[in-house]
Amino acid sequence: MASRGLKPAIVARELTKRYGDLEAVRGVSFEVGTGEIVGFLGPNGAGKTTTVRMLSCFLPPTTGTASIHDVDVRERPRDVKRLIGVCPQEDNLDPDFHVMKNLLVYGRYFGLPHRVVRDRALELLAFVALSDKAHAPIASLSGGMKRRLVLARALLNEPRVLILDEPTTGLDPQARHAIWTRIRNLRSHGTTVLLTTHYMEEATQLCDRVVVMDGGRILLEGAPLELVEHEVGRTVVEAWNYAEDFVSFLRTLPGRLEEVGDRLYFYPEESDHVERLFDQRFPRQERLIRRATLEDVFLKLTGRALRE
Amino acid sequence: MNGMREIWRNLSLRSFRVWQRDLDVYLTNWKTEFLPPLSEPILYVFAFGFGLGSLIHSVRYEGRELTYLRFMAPGIVAVAIMFWSYFETTYSSFVRMYYQRTFDAILATPLLVEDVILGELLWGATKAVIASTIMLGVLSLLGLVSWPAGLWVIPLSVVAGVMFSALGLVITSVTKNISSFNLPMFLMVMPMFMFSGTFFPVSILPRWAFAIAWCLPLTHVSYLVRAAVLGWPRGPLIWSVLYILALAAALSALALKLMKRRLIQ
Repeated sequence: MASRGLKPAIVARELTKRYGDLEAVRGVSFEVGTGEIVGFLGPNGAGKTTTVRMLSCFLPPTTGTASIHDVDVRERPRDVKRLIGVCPQEDNLDPDFHVMKNLLVYGRYFGLPHRVVRDRALELLAFVALSDKAHAPIASLSGGMKRRLVLARALLNEPRVLILDEPTTGLDPQARHAIWTRIRNLRSHGTTVLLTTHYMEEATQLCDRVVVMDGGRILLEGAPLELVEHEVGRTVVEAWNYAEDFVSFLRTLPGRLEEVGDRLYFYPEESDHVERLFDQRFPRQERLIRRATLEDVFLKLTGRALRE
Repeated sequence: MNGMREIWRNLSLRSFRVWQRDLDVYLTNWKTEFLPPLSEPILYVFAFGFGLGSLIHSVRYEGRELTYLRFMAPGIVAVAIMFWSYFETTYSSFVRMYYQRTFDAILATPLLVEDVILGELLWGATKAVIASTIMLGVLSLLGLVSWPAGLWVIPLSVVAGVMFSALGLVITSVTKNISSFNLPMFLMVMPMFMFSGTFFPVSILPRWAFAIAWCLPLTHVSYLVRAAVLGWPRGPLIWSVLYILALAAALSALALKLMKRRLIQ
C-alpha cells in the first residue's frame, strides 16, 4: 500500500458491492496518497466503475468503508462530494444549455455564488481550450471537446480529489494527449487523481501507481514500470510463421512461453543476448523483439479470453 | 420505515437548485412552452363549448342551470393541471433521467438523490400552476371566470400539481422504457380525463360509475376548480380538499421512496 508516503486522500477498506447473487466488488482495500495519480485497470466487469461509484457516493457499499480526506462516504456524502470532482464514463452534459450555462448551472449545485462560478468557468474554459466555444450548443461539440468540458465541469468546485472514469475512451490521439497534459498539470498543483482506463499506455504515461482488478478483486498494485519488470521482465519476443523446432529451441531457454492462436509469445528471463541468439540460430524466423509493457502484465494477470 | 426516515432527513432546500435548472430550460424555450397552454383552452372552448355546447341547451349542476360552456370551462383547467404536471414527471423526467443523464450529473455535486426527486416533483407542480394561470387568463377574457373566487385555482393547482406530479414519478420509477408510458396513459389518465366531472357532471352517471368517479383524484380537482371558477362554494368542499391533500402527501412519499430505489442500485 505504498502511497508516496503522504497522508492518504482516499482510503477504502474491504469494500463490497452485491446485487442479489452477483458480487460486483468483493472486498477491495486500497489507499491513494495526496497528490498521487492512481489508475485502476481491469477488463470489463472487473468492478472498477462500481468501486469508483462507491467512492463518489453514487452507490452505497454493501459492506466496508471508504473515506475521502477522512470524510466517510456513507455518513457525510454531501461533504465528500464537495471535496471531489467527478468525470463519469458517459458524457452527461446538459444538452438544453450552451457550454457556459452548463458550468454556471453546475456551480449552483455547489451553492457557489454566481460571480465566483463565472470567473472560475472562464478560467477553466481557457484551461481546456474551449474559450471560443463558450456560447456553443453542446450538440455542436466534438467528442474531445465534450470530454474537456466534462473535465472543466469536474474542476469547478476546486476539488482536492479528481475521479475520472475512463477519461479518454473513444477519443482521437490529439484529444487524448490534450486530456493527459491537463491531468499532469493538475497533479503538479497537488490534486489527487484516481482514474480508470482500458489504455495501458495511458496508465503508463500518467500514473504513479496502478491497481489491477479482475472479478471484483484487486490482483496487483504497484508503479507501472516496476510491475512490468517484476511480472514480465524487460523483453517480449513475438513470433509468427514458426516451425516446431523453433518452439523446442525456446523451451530450452529460461523464460515463459505462451502460444496464442498463430502467435508465439516468449518472455525471456535473460534478455540481453536474445536477439543475437536468434540471429545465429533462426536468422529467417519472422519475429519482433520489443520492450515489455503494462499490456503484457495485464494480459498475463487477467488472461486473453474475451469478457463480453 | 427506516428508509423513509432517511429520505425525510435527506430532504433539503437544495432541491430548489434542481427546480431552478428545469425553470432555466423552460425559460430558454419559453416561446414554444407558452403557446400550448394559451391555445389549448381556445381550442376546447371552440370545439366543446361552441360546437358541442350548441347541441346541449343547458347543464343542471349543484341545483342550478348553466350553459354548457360555463360548465365545461373549469373542467379544462382541471384537466390542464393534471396533464401538465403528469406529463412533466413522466415523459420529461424520464428523458432527463434516462437519455440525458441529467440526474447523474447532479448527483456528482453535494445534492442527494432526494433533492433531485423533490426538485422534479416541485417543477412538475410548477408546470401545472403556470398552465392553469395562463388558462385562467384566457378564460377570463372570454368572461368565463368569476373573480376573485377564481384566484383559488392557484393554490389548488399547487396541491393538485404536487399530487399529479408525484403520481407521474411513481409511474416513472417503475417504467423501463419510454414507450411503456402508454399503458398508464390509456388505463389511468385518459379515463380520468373523460370521467372526472370534466365534460359532464358525474351526477348523471349510473350509481356504480358515480361511486368510482368519486374515487378518482381528478374528480375532486375538477369539483374544486369548478367551485372556484364559478364562484359557487357549494357542497362539501372540505372533503375534496382533504382528499387531494392526503393523496398528494401519500403519493409524494411513495414517489420519493420508489424513485430513490430506481436511481440508487
